[in-house]
Amino acid sequence: MSDKLYIIPNPPTPNKAVEFDPDICIGCNLCVDVCPTDVMMPNPEKGKQPIVVYPEECWYCAGCIEECPRPGAITMLHPTQQRISVNWKRKDSGEYFRLGMKNPPPPNTRPPSG
Amino acid sequence: MSIWHEYIQATGQLPEWPYPVDYNKVNEVVTDVLVIGGGVAGLQAAINAVKKGVKVAVAERGHAKRSGSGGAGVDHWHGAVTNPCSKVTPEDYTLGCYDSMQGWTGGNVRYIITKESWDTLLECEKMGIQIRDVRDEFKGANFRDEKTRLMFAYDYQSKHILRIWGYDIKVKVYEEARRVGVDIYNRMMVTGLLNEGGKQGGRIIGATAVDTRTGEFYVFRSKATVIATGGAGRLSLFAPELTASAAMADMNSAGVGQAIGWNAGAEFVCMEASEQGRLTGLGYAPYSMGNASNTYHGTPIVDADGKELPWVDPFGRELKTVEDRFIPQEGQRFQLGIGIGISRTNQEYRLNDIPPDIPERIRKGEFKLPLYADLSLLSEHERRIIFGMMVGNEGKTRIPIYDTMTKAGFDPDKDLFQTPVMPLEGYFNSCYWAGGPNTPPNVRMVGGGGFLVDWNLRTNLEGLYIGAGSTLFGGGCHGESHTTGRYAGRHAAEYARTAPEPLVDRQQIEAERNRAYTAVKQDKGGNGWKEINAAIARIMRDYCGRHKNEMTLNLGLRLLDELKTTELASAYASNPHELGRLLECQALISVGELAIKSSLERKASNSVLDFHRLDYPEMDPPEWNKLLPIRQENNKVAIRELPLDFHLKAPYAASYEENYQRYA
Repeated sequence: MSDKLYIIPNPPTPNKAVEFDPDICIGCNLCVDVCPTDVMMPNPEKGKQPIVVYPEECWYCAGCIEECPRPGAITMLHPTQQRISVNWKRKDSGEYFRLGMKNPPPPNTRPPSG
Repeated sequence: MSIWHEYIQATGQLPEWPYPVDYNKVNEVVTDVLVIGGGVAGLQAAINAVKKGVKVAVAERGHAKRSGSGGAGVDHWHGAVTNPCSKVTPEDYTLGCYDSMQGWTGGNVRYIITKESWDTLLECEKMGIQIRDVRDEFKGANFRDEKTRLMFAYDYQSKHILRIWGYDIKVKVYEEARRVGVDIYNRMMVTGLLNEGGKQGGRIIGATAVDTRTGEFYVFRSKATVIATGGAGRLSLFAPELTASAAMADMNSAGVGQAIGWNAGAEFVCMEASEQGRLTGLGYAPYSMGNASNTYHGTPIVDADGKELPWVDPFGRELKTVEDRFIPQEGQRFQLGIGIGISRTNQEYRLNDIPPDIPERIRKGEFKLPLYADLSLLSEHERRIIFGMMVGNEGKTRIPIYDTMTKAGFDPDKDLFQTPVMPLEGYFNSCYWAGGPNTPPNVRMVGGGGFLVDWNLRTNLEGLYIGAGSTLFGGGCHGESHTTGRYAGRHAAEYARTAPEPLVDRQQIEAERNRAYTAVKQDKGGNGWKEINAAIARIMRDYCGRHKNEMTLNLGLRLLDELKTTELASAYASNPHELGRLLECQALISVGELAIKSSLERKASNSVLDFHRLDYPEMDPPEWNKLLPIRQENNKVAIRELPLDFHLKAPYAASYEENYQRYA
């Protein structure tokens, strides 16, 4: 990343909506093709991950992730104000958890039905 | 690096628009049937029109593979009353809805839905959608029929609502549309309908659109047209930074179908109806919080100390067992589900629920906040069907909720799922995530009204049919959209087969083209679309809110009109995406005008429509117990009167079934 500072508008809210892992994404742009609201645009550099341009237009349908041929390349990030709201409590230990917490419990690996 | 800001900082360069842009190019598409809106309703319309042997084009705002309110999935299907296990007839179901709404819903549309809902679902099954428990995961459950492997929701005794594995339903319907040869045009912002002779009220012979990636203009010429678009979600509230994640419809919901219909002379009813904007997005991400409603129906709710909240039947009698929550109680024949496009349900059809006096009981100390959904109290079948089957297949739940939460460690066998902590009135309704007191009372949404259609699902305009959910008077939700789309597509195709060739009016097209591109030729200092949209929403909140009078409604109209000649007239779009959003603002203004003009015509308050005229405060005066179909003729409002049961009066037959047999 360049050290130069730029005059730049505030980061958008929500910040990201979706996040790409550049090591997994192959820049095929299938996610860009199907996004109903054009949240992303293809990267000018071929083979690179798309650029999230309009995160506030994201509906969080996750169609981009379902379309993606490279599992793990895209992560959907609900806005922080939503993630902070999703809380649960372990019944036997009384521990509190929330979506996005620092030291989350081990994942529940049971897949959905169907 | 994911977002634009990071790209700029990393490269020091502005990325160029990635698609070739040509605002001067005009593309012409000639087809038999044009479908506007490629959601589940639109694609069903297209598939069923093609089956009648005609050529079909779909103009879709996003990309038809995953777009629309139904594009993110579905977990249960209402009104499948003709399935082999159902104990409810189409007449029963239609009357349950119609009587609950005291007649303020389209009975013809409801009957068509109940007659064909199950057949439509069977066709979906042929497209590859799982509608039965084929893997016997729920063998022996009391909501499963062992012979057909169908799975029931809400009312396990009447068996007319089916649980389905619909997370990929849109993809499957899309693939079917492609397979049968539907021409799909994606990224089409439809700007207007074309009337024969260019005259408002004339036969509909196509539409014009702008491609929101390339900026190119499209002229669709068609013998018949189906509008299959969604509601105007951005009309009264526009704050996507906060609301888009929790809204039940995406950003493309700008009421474009209603707007172009209104401007072309189509008739609407009950557009004066509105309701508290519970689902407008000021709540929590759908299904992301503990609750006991809809997809989570039947879930036990406990307080901070583990004390369980009671469940009651619609008459207030406490239920003794969990099983009781899923069966009709004494005084009921069957129960209607939630999310079927009606704003009230009579007690005899209402679901069992957590009692509405919970806010008061919390206040008095009987229950301590926060409340939790305790799925662990349910049987394995009941727990898994809610969190794993329904959450996992319902729209925006497979990845957004199921995958996200289980990866983060949530386990319904072990964990208490917290409900929102909010002002007490929010616990009145067990769908805790949907907004409640988080949504201010001035945020309302137009709902319950829509296009007025006959038994062919045709509007007053020759060649224009409607297949949709909220856009249609009498429409419903996901399954209802498939079913009305399928019916409208069939009827549009039948008409198109013998309809004369469409002769478009070049002047109308040129005028539309000029209007469409104004925003890209402006001074670059003009307002952007978000500024305009927020202003429209402010006008609607202030002047078409809960309390209305002649003066304030007219002031609202004046401000909408004013906006068109000032900030909107000089608005600037720097690329085709912004142009599309600005054109949607034009559509929003049209829908706003339609709602306000409809409100001006009803000079009486109405409790079912949640319609409050300060200058006509008497509630439900019997002489106003009538529909007021509204349309534009020579750009002036034209109004007539219609009885609520028009669908069973001349020229129609006197019974639902007779009409269905005659028209279906």
